Amino acid sequence: MAIKAQLFITCLAEQFFPDVLKRMIGLLERLGVQVEFPEEQTCCGQPFFNSGYRSQARDLAVKWLKVFGRTDGFIVSPSGSCVDTVRHHFPELFPPGSAEHRQAEEAAARTFEFTQFLVQQLKVTDVGARFPRKVTYHASCHLLRGLAARDEPKALLRAVQGLELVPLPGEETCCGFGGSFSVIYPEVSKAMMEAKVRAIESTGAEVVAVGDAGCIMNIAGGLRKAGSPIRTMHLIEILTAGKEAA
Amino acid sequence: MSQVPTTIDFRRNTQAVPAQMPAAVQKATAKFLGNRAVLVEALGNEYWQTLRQAGHDIRLHAITHIEHYLEKAEAAVTRAGGQVHWARDAEEARRILLDIAARHRVKLAVKGKSMATEEIGLNHALEAAGIRVLETDLGEYIVQLKGVGPAHIVVPAFHLSKEEIAALFHEKLGVDAPAEAEKLTQIARMKLREEFLSAEMGISGGNFLVADTGTIVTVTNEGNGRMCTTVPPVHVAVVGIDKVVPDWESLTVLLKLLARSATGQKLSCYTQFISGPPRSAAETGPREMHLILLDNGRSRILKTPACRETLLCIRCGACLNICPVYNNVGGYAYGYPISGPTGVIFASQILGPKVAGALPFASTLCGACNEICPVKIPITQILLHLRRRVVEGDETEDAAAPHSLRLGAQVGAVAIGTPGLYRLGSELLKRLQAPFVRGGWMPRLPAPLNRWTMSRPFPAFAADFRQWWRDRPAAGGKRGNNEPGA
Repeated sequence: MAIKAQLFITCLAEQFFPDVLKRMIGLLERLGVQVEFPEEQTCCGQPFFNSGYRSQARDLAVKWLKVFGRTDGFIVSPSGSCVDTVRHHFPELFPPGSAEHRQAEEAAARTFEFTQFLVQQLKVTDVGARFPRKVTYHASCHLLRGLAARDEPKALLRAVQGLELVPLPGEETCCGFGGSFSVIYPEVSKAMMEAKVRAIESTGAEVVAVGDAGCIMNIAGGLRKAGSPIRTMHLIEILTAGKEAA
Repeated sequence: MSQVPTTIDFRRNTQAVPAQMPAAVQKATAKFLGNRAVLVEALGNEYWQTLRQAGHDIRLHAITHIEHYLEKAEAAVTRAGGQVHWARDAEEARRILLDIAARHRVKLAVKGKSMATEEIGLNHALEAAGIRVLETDLGEYIVQLKGVGPAHIVVPAFHLSKEEIAALFHEKLGVDAPAEAEKLTQIARMKLREEFLSAEMGISGGNFLVADTGTIVTVTNEGNGRMCTTVPPVHVAVVGIDKVVPDWESLTVLLKLLARSATGQKLSCYTQFISGPPRSAAETGPREMHLILLDNGRSRILKTPACRETLLCIRCGACLNICPVYNNVGGYAYGYPISGPTGVIFASQILGPKVAGALPFASTLCGACNEICPVKIPITQILLHLRRRVVEGDETEDAAAPHSLRLGAQVGAVAIGTPGLYRLGSELLKRLQAPFVRGGWMPRLPAPLNRWTMSRPFPAFAADFRQWWRDRPAAGGKRGNNEPGA
């Protein structure tokens, strides 16, 4: 029986990087995964949860759980921070023993970030991509520390044919996005973003690979503002390089 | 820092950060982190993680049974001839200390480095009572001369260059000081030596308080702490109640973690154990020893289970060193003597959301602090609770955020959580953005999003996935099994 994946597309990827989603489907299907898209999904509530609006976060979690609760198979998403929210914070929103809590735990157990889904569940690191470029990798905080995905993204990149992976100084240092942080404390966010941009430029890479939409908005915007030719790409775009969106 | 702040405006503070501050801070923190990494590697990561877990468990056990251990410590200190005082808040702690000073007609007090005395604004109170108070830790001495507070909890003056310090010495001490670390230290040492000998009171903090033997432990590098606690006739230690640890076995674990995490040393140069004043006339040392146990809101922190691990902190400063926010603003932006991630969670609770409501948001939640903390404080988890406290209030505090914000969030959450409205919104945004878009990006946006575009363009809204999904011929997979409008 084919492995089934329910797409959890996340609002930022949907609004700003729809191509990543299309490519993700193509790749999953090439790997033999049966992909479904629960169309009633919207936002998981992460921005509310992270800003302290716990009751609004709970409302959105209830809706999200209703949509995904009636699906089966894995739930797969191209964003570490959204998966971290579902995995680790949804269960905290409901009193232990409640029906919602059980539902949250059930969903948390089968929700995976894309790279971990590939490496841990499908046991795949070489997806047959070819990308003859010099690439550096920025570790998104919630992917790295929330989900402990320290190795998976780089293992996938290393298996890409022709790709030269160069280390990024301060690879694990936050890029300064931080959701609402970027507009509450814009001066600090700017300083952090500019440090990240300088570090990326110092590698001589042509492309910086990133695994979360928020960081991409921040880093790609920063590189653009700096007039840099370096491209910011989602990991999925590199893993599907040379292949058309499905 | 001598005054307890009224409201902390973190953003305004960050805007006032001197241009050279971030580079100076980053240079110093990189050095500490580098030294730390070498020692952690020498122990082996697996052993280090075991130590961290042990440190966490010991500290959590101690603060969970804090009354038991404090009573034990009090009995032990008293048995050893020391005098124990309990201070509910900063005001009471200052009064106790001033009373002791008045009884001994103290005109000059020398101080070792202590965050607890910073917390209660002790210097200001002593000066107001006509008592001269002198910081003797080199870094504290420098920032005191400069008339400011510590910029880092371990290394208070680390952001100042040798040249700045030389100029400061020239201005305040009237000495010709070359910008060389050794010469500057020598000048400070000469000045301080005279003062140690004439001070009537020595004041210290305490890194730990060992309940079994009533031992105050101080971890220092300069020897000034030992001068403060042994030379003047009266020694007063101001120690937070959270510093208590059960016994010497637990202490050894924590000492192993502390110096490695703080400065990247196996042990600091001086680890001092003070178990009461001299027991006979033949022994030297202060005639009187007082221990002021400071609560100042700590009991309240303990009452909120989601936040109580705040008090596990051993003030090593590693979370400051690793924090990307701290590294770009330095300590002063936090408006409180204890800065960085641990300062944020501590100050937010001690000062309350009305005064310090800005602080829990002074983080990107990147979690580097959680990972480096030697006693595994779940800092971002506590930050999330404290953000909620500001916005919604909780069992201990009322909300501090304006009601309009909550109303706005409610409207936003309903819109974003209703599939029809969400899809409508994303279509509308694609149309409304048209006048702002240049090549897939929006270089300038109106307030409040100009706070984003002041530093980089905002990507254009481009949602077309749902349409694409519906239009695509069913390939390997089948369509979503959720009927729209369910």
